[in-house]
Amino acid sequence: MSSAYIRPRSLAEALDAKAQHPDWMVLAGGTDLMVNATHRPEPAGILDLWRLPELRGVTMTDVLTIGAGTTWLEVEHHAAVLERFGPLAAAAREIGALQIQARGTLGGNVGTSSPVGDSLPVLLAFDAELELASAARGRRRIPYREFCTGYRKTQLAADELIVAAHLRPPATRTRTTWRKVGTRRAQSISKVMGAAFIELDGDVVTRARVALGAVADRPIRIAAVEQAVTGLALGAKAAEAARAALRSAIKPIDDVRSTATYRRDVAENLVARFFS
Amino acid sequence: MPRIDGVAKVTGRARYLDDLDAPGVWYGATVRSTVAHGVLEAIDLDPGFDWSRVVVATAADVPGQNYIALIENDQPALVAVGKPVMHVDEAIALVAAPTKELAMAAAKAVRPRVRGLPAVFSVEDSLAANEKLYGTDNVFKQFMIRKGHASDADFEAVIAKAAHVIEGTYYTSPQEQMYIEPQAMMAEWRDGRCHIVGSMQCPYYVHKAMKPLLGLGAEDVVITQSVTGGGFGGKEEYPSMLAAHVAVLAKKAGRAVKIVYDRDEDIAATTKRHPAYTRHRLAVDQRGDVLAIDVDCVMDGGAYLTLSPVVLSRGVLHAAGPYRCPVVRVRGRVVATNHPPHGAFRGFGAPQTTFAYERQIEKLAIHLGEDPLQLRKRLALRKGDTTATGQELGFSVGTDEVIAAVERVAGPPPVREGTGPNGEPLRRGRGYVFYFHGAGFTGSGESRLAGRATVARTTSGRYEVRSSSTDIGQGAITIFTQIASQALGVDASLIDVIDPTTSLVPDSGPTVASRTCMVVGGLVERAAKELREKLPSAPAGEEVAVTMQYEPPPGIHFDDATYTGAAYPCFGWACCLVDVTVDLDTYEARVDRCVQAIDVGKAINPVIVKGQIEGGTLQALGWALLENIVYREGKVANANMTNCIVPTFADAPDLETILVEVPYPFGPSGAKGVGEIPMDGPAAAVANAVGDALGCAFDGIPILPEVIAASRARWS
Ligand SMILES: Cc1cc2nc3c(=O)[nH]c(=O)nc-3n(C[C@H](O)[C@H](O)[C@H](O)COP(=O)(O)OP(=O)(O)OC[C@H]3O[C@@H](n4cnc5c(N)ncnc54)[C@H](O)[C@@H]3O)c2cc1C
Repeated sequence: MSSAYIRPRSLAEALDAKAQHPDWMVLAGGTDLMVNATHRPEPAGILDLWRLPELRGVTMTDVLTIGAGTTWLEVEHHAAVLERFGPLAAAAREIGALQIQARGTLGGNVGTSSPVGDSLPVLLAFDAELELASAARGRRRIPYREFCTGYRKTQLAADELIVAAHLRPPATRTRTTWRKVGTRRAQSISKVMGAAFIELDGDVVTRARVALGAVADRPIRIAAVEQAVTGLALGAKAAEAARAALRSAIKPIDDVRSTATYRRDVAENLVARFFS
Repeated sequence: MPRIDGVAKVTGRARYLDDLDAPGVWYGATVRSTVAHGVLEAIDLDPGFDWSRVVVATAADVPGQNYIALIENDQPALVAVGKPVMHVDEAIALVAAPTKELAMAAAKAVRPRVRGLPAVFSVEDSLAANEKLYGTDNVFKQFMIRKGHASDADFEAVIAKAAHVIEGTYYTSPQEQMYIEPQAMMAEWRDGRCHIVGSMQCPYYVHKAMKPLLGLGAEDVVITQSVTGGGFGGKEEYPSMLAAHVAVLAKKAGRAVKIVYDRDEDIAATTKRHPAYTRHRLAVDQRGDVLAIDVDCVMDGGAYLTLSPVVLSRGVLHAAGPYRCPVVRVRGRVVATNHPPHGAFRGFGAPQTTFAYERQIEKLAIHLGEDPLQLRKRLALRKGDTTATGQELGFSVGTDEVIAAVERVAGPPPVREGTGPNGEPLRRGRGYVFYFHGAGFTGSGESRLAGRATVARTTSGRYEVRSSSTDIGQGAITIFTQIASQALGVDASLIDVIDPTTSLVPDSGPTVASRTCMVVGGLVERAAKELREKLPSAPAGEEVAVTMQYEPPPGIHFDDATYTGAAYPCFGWACCLVDVTVDLDTYEARVDRCVQAIDVGKAINPVIVKGQIEGGTLQALGWALLENIVYREGKVANANMTNCIVPTFADAPDLETILVEVPYPFGPSGAKGVGEIPMDGPAAAVANAVGDALGCAFDGIPILPEVIAASRARWS
């Protein structure tokens, strides 16, 4: 019992293969897929995208483009990411640990779109756009906020692959932050995490995007908080407004890793801290 | 001396059981109960499955007696039809097949039919005994220590006179050993003999269990330890179960069969540390001197008796702590529940009761307004004092040395309030503990075991150490080589510590209880010394072997009936300091610094000893803050490495390890046990430190962030 296997040499070849075998497993770093390998039936075939050149690398023009096949290690060491996309570098540094970061990719985190995918609130906070491609329809772009539609459910069509994510850099007066609270300090699944992108005029919030993970069936933007803080100066008042707005905006759950109460408390504290 | 097994392990040349293969080997898989309590009514085989390519074994295929011989014979190797199912993941049937995949598919096609019965998951329900799981009262074992009083009335009279009584109930959670190599075993029948090789701590435990189970004589069961990736107690009793399974399958399949547990199966089905509830009363006079100690400890033994009485015994014997006290009453009980059996884990009952008494001493310090370390120093046992069982401490008592060592490096306590890198408010605190750990087997155990070890010069002129003590990563091979080399006066390169195989080595007793270096190492030293004397007159080219048997040091007697006397040949002594920071946004407590000063008698190999202490300390810190077995209806709900959390290096604080050497006159070069002691104390030190940081008591572990969050109303 062993699956068919293809390792395409170009994106065009990969898209053809995907069109031909929409049911095959698309493998990037394998760090999500291998965890459950023994618990699920073998796939009919494997389409291996690991190190496919067109999917790899980070480029900075007026936007930051990260190829789907770029590893977290490559992301976290890229100069432009370090300089202007602090939350993304921070999230990358907290995904698993070194071994996982050397293997796990952005495309994999996005492909799985689990509620605990650590890069996803960052993508939401930066209002990132995904670039998808198929042999039949070519390329299209979709904001990440529309991409994930439910528990590990996405808008990716059966014949599509994720090509890249595009992020606009923040203007100078922008506070961007990120915080992860996991079960331990490395190799840990988030109990709560979140990112914020806060545009300021002086100290006053002109626009904010706040996103949380692990508090719903998918990573989510918290519009109530975003509205509540707009027009307020950073500090105790904004923090309290954010906290109060969050309270009725999320319904976290109990599971083996944590409790709903804890998640709610900590989510409130994190969001308040973002604006204090 | 560097680790002899180190290079092979680091370079991947060491061959663990999964790397070993016998010709034509098949793979086994286990069909387990999904029900916590019930009666097995039938085992159905899916008619749609092709059974011609696999072998299925049930209790009916056990050639001898269907039980795992240990202390009692209450645990079956496989539940027989008509008999009770006692816990989730209990083994009901076995399958073997030429490939793992086929074996797993076959196991899924075996359908046990179990009629459910009410199940018991708490010690209160167990003690209420509405549902009888064991005997009439569900109590596997009870121990009682009485010192300085004749009756409960006498005892209460002392308590009544106290100026103050500190009282509390303490909970410690089950803990997974998480050895790096899962349980693994292979069996093969050749010429009527059953050869079993696998990952284990105690080849002679497996040997003892296989004789009745397979209906074979001692010679016809040969047990060999393969390179073993950690045990921590988890490979003390469970390997007998796995050995039974591969032996039964191999017999039925007529070929070698091996089973290597998947991590999830290992976490779900094998033993964990006993969860324990310890009620503790500490009665003191006006000055704060201890008048009486009262302890009542109840442990959850799980579904079968296994090693629970011995674990309880050690818990009870440590429960009063290393403090002077004229009147002591300790009651310990271990009860039956429908959890998978709890079992041996580094520390073996002592960490549970240590947590309780060191929380109590902390509360006493707070009550008296006395410095917590100075209070401990004032109350501590010293040479000439007697323990709870009336053992007079005659030698090797490192109390003053370990406390002084911590005092020297302690420095000022951390600043209580601060701010973290994200602007989050922080609270910091410091905790101390002082504790001891009995080295070697409990009570009269060492004399009863009468362990033996052999040192020989072989016909080739090299030297062999033959013992059943296993190297499970703790360095036994290296230590034995060092001891033999020194005693024989020959270079270490001429010495071979042979792989433990029951047909080639004497029974040195199990590899447990911090006894390998101290007790078996002592035998190796004595045997080597005698061999050295014999050699000049021995004819060249012939094997000369000397075997030594354990004899208790003079004056070491223990009375099992009254629980009085010398509970251990000697004790290790330890003092620990922990500094923590609590993040008030996330409620996470982090250990910033942990100092352990431990009296080990003599560190024969200081690097190995420090490694033991650092590893044990981290295991204890993990137990205190992170590790949590979540049982749901008797099933481990977090049976995978993703959710069964143990600390990583990123969670490890600065560990400062200070070796103190107050020699044990009857150990090799003065050495005494070190394997377990570092596990006992740090959890209470963490609880004391978190309490110091937040100004409120934490009497249960793990102190998860969720627990700290829920305690908010009590912070000061
Ligand atoms: C020990 C360990 C720790 C971990 N810790 C974290 C953590 O802290 N935080 C976290 O967020 N995650 C963590 N993960 C999960 C995982 O590492 C990340 O989600 C990682 O980004 C996945 O990337 P990958 O390339 O390995 O994905 P893969 O496993 O190869 O793929 C994941 C999914 O994405 C799909 N996919 C991948 N690339 C494409 C593409 N180009 N087009 C279409 N579909 C695609 C695959 O088909 C699959 O469904 C951990 C995993 C492990 C094993």
